[in-house]
Amino acid sequence: MLTVSYGTMIWMSIAFIVVLFLLKKFAWKPILKAIKDREDHIEESLQMATKVKSEMQELKSSNEKLLLDARTERDNLLKDARTTKDEIIQEAKTKASEEADKMIASAKEAIENEKLAALTQLKNEVGVLSLEIAEKIIRERLSDDANQNELVAKLLSEVKLEQ
Amino acid sequence: MTVDTLRFKGLGKAFAVFTVSIFLSFAAFAQHDEDSSHESEDQSEVHEEHANSEKSFNASEMIMHHVSDAHEIHFVGEGENSIAIYLPVILQTNEGWEFFSSSHFYHNPVSINEHGEEFSFFKYEDFILFHEHIYYANEEGGLTLEHGHALNESPFDMSITKNVAGIFFAIFILYFILRATAKGYKKNEGHAPKGIQAVMEPLILFVKNDVILSSFGGDKERADKYTPYLLTTFFFIWVSNMLGLIPFIGGFNITGTLAITLVLASFIFLITTFSGNKHYWGHILWPAGVPAFVKVILVPIEIASIFIKPTVLMVRLTANIMAGHIIILAFVSLILIFGMQSAAVGYGVGVGSTIFMVFMYFIELLVAFLQAYVFTLLASIYFADATQKAHH
Repeated sequence: MLTVSYGTMIWMSIAFIVVLFLLKKFAWKPILKAIKDREDHIEESLQMATKVKSEMQELKSSNEKLLLDARTERDNLLKDARTTKDEIIQEAKTKASEEADKMIASAKEAIENEKLAALTQLKNEVGVLSLEIAEKIIRERLSDDANQNELVAKLLSEVKLEQ
Repeated sequence: MTVDTLRFKGLGKAFAVFTVSIFLSFAAFAQHDEDSSHESEDQSEVHEEHANSEKSFNASEMIMHHVSDAHEIHFVGEGENSIAIYLPVILQTNEGWEFFSSSHFYHNPVSINEHGEEFSFFKYEDFILFHEHIYYANEEGGLTLEHGHALNESPFDMSITKNVAGIFFAIFILYFILRATAKGYKKNEGHAPKGIQAVMEPLILFVKNDVILSSFGGDKERADKYTPYLLTTFFFIWVSNMLGLIPFIGGFNITGTLAITLVLASFIFLITTFSGNKHYWGHILWPAGVPAFVKVILVPIEIASIFIKPTVLMVRLTANIMAGHIIILAFVSLILIFGMQSAAVGYGVGVGSTIFMVFMYFIELLVAFLQAYVFTLLASIYFADATQKAHH
């Protein structure tokens, strides 16, 4: 009511201070601490989740990068290999053709040499043969005197003509 | 069972409790009325007419009696047949301390006739209990009355009155519930709240975050210092308000008593004053950026506001809770007043009054929470204001 009783005020003050002390120590402290701990825990968990998520994202992107790198490397390797193969083939081809050319050239040379040798031999043979033929002919022709004279005459005329 | 059906069941139950309690209280008051009329019949014939209109049913007396403090917790019945808890009377008299049970008072009613008016009080040894106030008896062992007011001297009354018992009861409930809640936090560490802890947690979080922390503008460091005090204030006021709404436990009117809200408001005033920093006092005593002649007007107003703020807290809480009690009692009185014309009218009005009372009861439930909320919110704002940081 509207009349203020001092007794009630005194009891109220004592009671309220006591309940404040009791609740502060035995109720609010553990309750507020538990709530704070839980809030911190939730906050921490959320932050952790965000962090993990971003880490996952990073990991994923780095994985992708790695994969891409690997792929590029493979492609490069393949390309290199192909180039090398081509080069080798090319080289081999060049070498082979060079060798072949060389062989052909040496063969040609040998053939030329052989040809020359053969020609020389032929010339010699022809010379010998001609000489033999000429000997035979001369022997035939010079079997009678008339022919021998005629020939001498002829040869002499020829000699004159030649000068 | 789903939550919704549970809630519905709870509401239904609450409604049933209220309805039954209101009908029963109606019955109890009807009893009171009957007894009073019997008493009036015993009176001398000369004063019968006068006494009948005066004594048969006096609504304001009944209402004031029910919202006032008492030295007993009265449940039901009248006089010798009443069922009540007699509370200890503690008096500081001129000869020292006196302790005795209030049953000594309530079992010794005395009636006197003063200038044709009937006054009744209770007497034990040299003490007289008149309108729930204890006086020394005068030389003739009686009461000196003038216009219905006692002129006797009074001892200092430190009795455990109904309000004081109500405070103790509220504190006991508060401690019991919150201790159980605290234990729940220990037991269910790392798990979801359970039982009473699950009930209290939303309330605690609401007060902690939406009332206190938001008043401090989200400054956790400052708010944490005042949180235990403000939570205690909130739950004390709320539990006290609710105690006043529970029927059959004596009709406590704890927070509707000025002495109690005065203490609550004084604590708010003391904490605000002692935690006021230089910005707070600077704001009051030397408002920055204000012309001198405005300061002359502003400073006295600001100084007055230091006292007005807690006073308003006190008055608002007391008035709201007391008004709620008075309204419900007024509806009861309405039934009794019309019932005196004829029983049929009484029952007819009773139906309407009961409907209004049920409606008022629901509003009172809301007000019980709302007033605790408003008191705590404003106290938080005052504390936040007192510990403000420079922001000019």
